[in-house]
Amino acid sequence: MRTLLPLAALSLWSRRVTAALCVFAIAMSVALLLGVQKIRSDARESFASTISGTDLIVGARGGPLNLLLYSVFHLGDATTAVSWDSFELVRRHRDVAWALPISLGDSHRGFRVMGTSRDYFEHFRYGRRQPLAFRAGGPFTDLHDAVLGSEVAASLGHALGDGIEVAHGLGEGSFARHDDQPFRVAGILAPTGTPVDRVVIVGVDAITAIHEGWEGGARAQPGPLRPPSPGQGPGNGKITAFLVGMKSKGAVLQMQRALNEYRGEPLTAVMPGVALGQMWRLVGVADTALLVVAGCVVLAGFAGMIAVLLTSLEERRREMAVLRSVGARPAHVFGLLLLESCFLAAAGVVLGFLVAALSLAAGAPLLARRFGLFVDVGAPGAYDLAIAAAVVGAGAVAGLVPAWRAYRNSLADGLSIRL
Amino acid sequence: MGEAAIDIADLEFSWTPGAASLDVPAFTVGRGERVLLSGPSGSGKSTLLGVIGGVLVPQSGTVRLLGTDLAALAPAARDRFRADHVGFIFQMFNLLPYLSVVDNVTLAATFSRQRRERAGDLRAEARRLLAALSIGQVHVLERPVAQLSIGQQQRVAAARALLGRPEVLIADEPTSSLDAAARSSFLELLMQECAHAGTTLLFVSHDPSLGGYFDRRLSLPDFNRARPDAEAA
Repeated sequence: MRTLLPLAALSLWSRRVTAALCVFAIAMSVALLLGVQKIRSDARESFASTISGTDLIVGARGGPLNLLLYSVFHLGDATTAVSWDSFELVRRHRDVAWALPISLGDSHRGFRVMGTSRDYFEHFRYGRRQPLAFRAGGPFTDLHDAVLGSEVAASLGHALGDGIEVAHGLGEGSFARHDDQPFRVAGILAPTGTPVDRVVIVGVDAITAIHEGWEGGARAQPGPLRPPSPGQGPGNGKITAFLVGMKSKGAVLQMQRALNEYRGEPLTAVMPGVALGQMWRLVGVADTALLVVAGCVVLAGFAGMIAVLLTSLEERRREMAVLRSVGARPAHVFGLLLLESCFLAAAGVVLGFLVAALSLAAGAPLLARRFGLFVDVGAPGAYDLAIAAAVVGAGAVAGLVPAWRAYRNSLADGLSIRL
Repeated sequence: MGEAAIDIADLEFSWTPGAASLDVPAFTVGRGERVLLSGPSGSGKSTLLGVIGGVLVPQSGTVRLLGTDLAALAPAARDRFRADHVGFIFQMFNLLPYLSVVDNVTLAATFSRQRRERAGDLRAEARRLLAALSIGQVHVLERPVAQLSIGQQQRVAAARALLGRPEVLIADEPTSSLDAAARSSFLELLMQECAHAGTTLLFVSHDPSLGGYFDRRLSLPDFNRARPDAEAA
């Protein structure tokens, strides 16, 4: 073994162009495998930690997944709104600890604007029941106050006290601007790794106020921002959804049932954990498929390696005969080829880890911005190391093919090649 | 220690059943003897060398090398025996292109502890042999082996075959790619080193002009009763 190791290394080095291509192919497949695996596990974690401590999410009658998507992930839109009266009814229920309204539909330079109550900063929990923390400032106190998610502030460069405007509808290019409604940045949240980072939070009454006079879809007449009608609720009496925390867990199912069967308005109430699980099962099929594809790419990488080594054997019969003449056993020849395969696989794994880490690090901001996926690039975990071991193992198994061929050749050739 | 270096009796070898390549009733090379073996191509010379090297196993007969019956050894032990006691030089392509000149020479000791111990300081001994074969110049040693001339490559191969003083040196047409001047200087140096180390030399060539360098000249067809055709060279 010790005698073969330098020989295998030097022999590979002498064929470094083809060897490098082999390593590259294996590295790419390993990087793909690691990347898919990383995104898979981080997506799952990211998912599960998006919301916690909330017992029920309530929205207009519809699918639980859709409700989860628009109320928590801020993806897509609600087709129907919920009345403020229903929200108030639930909020005042004796078993309910707190209820947080969520009103969506506006945006600020591509980021969604969410209207809610001050209670949001007190009761909303994410990850392991962590409360929202402020990096600067505090909750909104005035009708014109806005609180920015960490990423909104970072990517738009807003600081405390800056004025921002809100556009009706979504998307950066939204042309119907509520430009007469300048908001002031009152607080900036610390990063959470959840969709909260990408949202502008204002009072639910402010959302209503900016829409005063827009009922027809376009502004009727410009005017100053007026506080909405009494009752603290929004003027048009509609919100998008609301989050509910119960006083006791025992009451959750009962309340969910009561809401789903509520006669006053068609509502859907879902438990976030259940909905997240359902959603993950849906997405999980796709990412298992991805993992299978990545695994196949690894196999293709090794098929390439086998082909390259087998091809090289023909021109290396001389080399093998020389080794045999100085006393190498056929087993040595076998070991030499096997070592080369392991070398290639190991180099491929190392390079693959590097490529995966670099591209994840480079792609992390994009993933976070575009997909709300927060990958943390750290030291390889136990699972990654298992992948590495498996790939090197697969390399060794693949190496058996050329090793066996070389073994047979060296037995047949002996010291001379009969060309 | 009175045994012959190479002692073959009633040897039969065939690549394919029924078509014998070798049928040698008796063939002996004494210790320290230098023998030139000639014969037309296809007469089974390379096969004979493979049998003597212990790489090819004859169907019948005995091959004794330095008194040891090769057939009595397990394949791995035969390989070790070859590593310890036999040096080889081939017609061409003797060197591993990815090793330096000196590493190509010390390769001989890689699989043999005995030759490693006999050689002492491997690299120093390699340099001494290279110098004795007059290719010890630094600029030659540092060149990639692929850039050496054929004559230089053959000398490096000879240095490897001689490293650690194996008792037997087998050379399979090592001079056939060399021009006349290179050939005679190669042979002179090789003879000198063999004499110096007391090495038994079995040298295959179909160049009759080399006869003067050897103690004995043999033609394979004279003692091989088999008449293999050209394809089983």
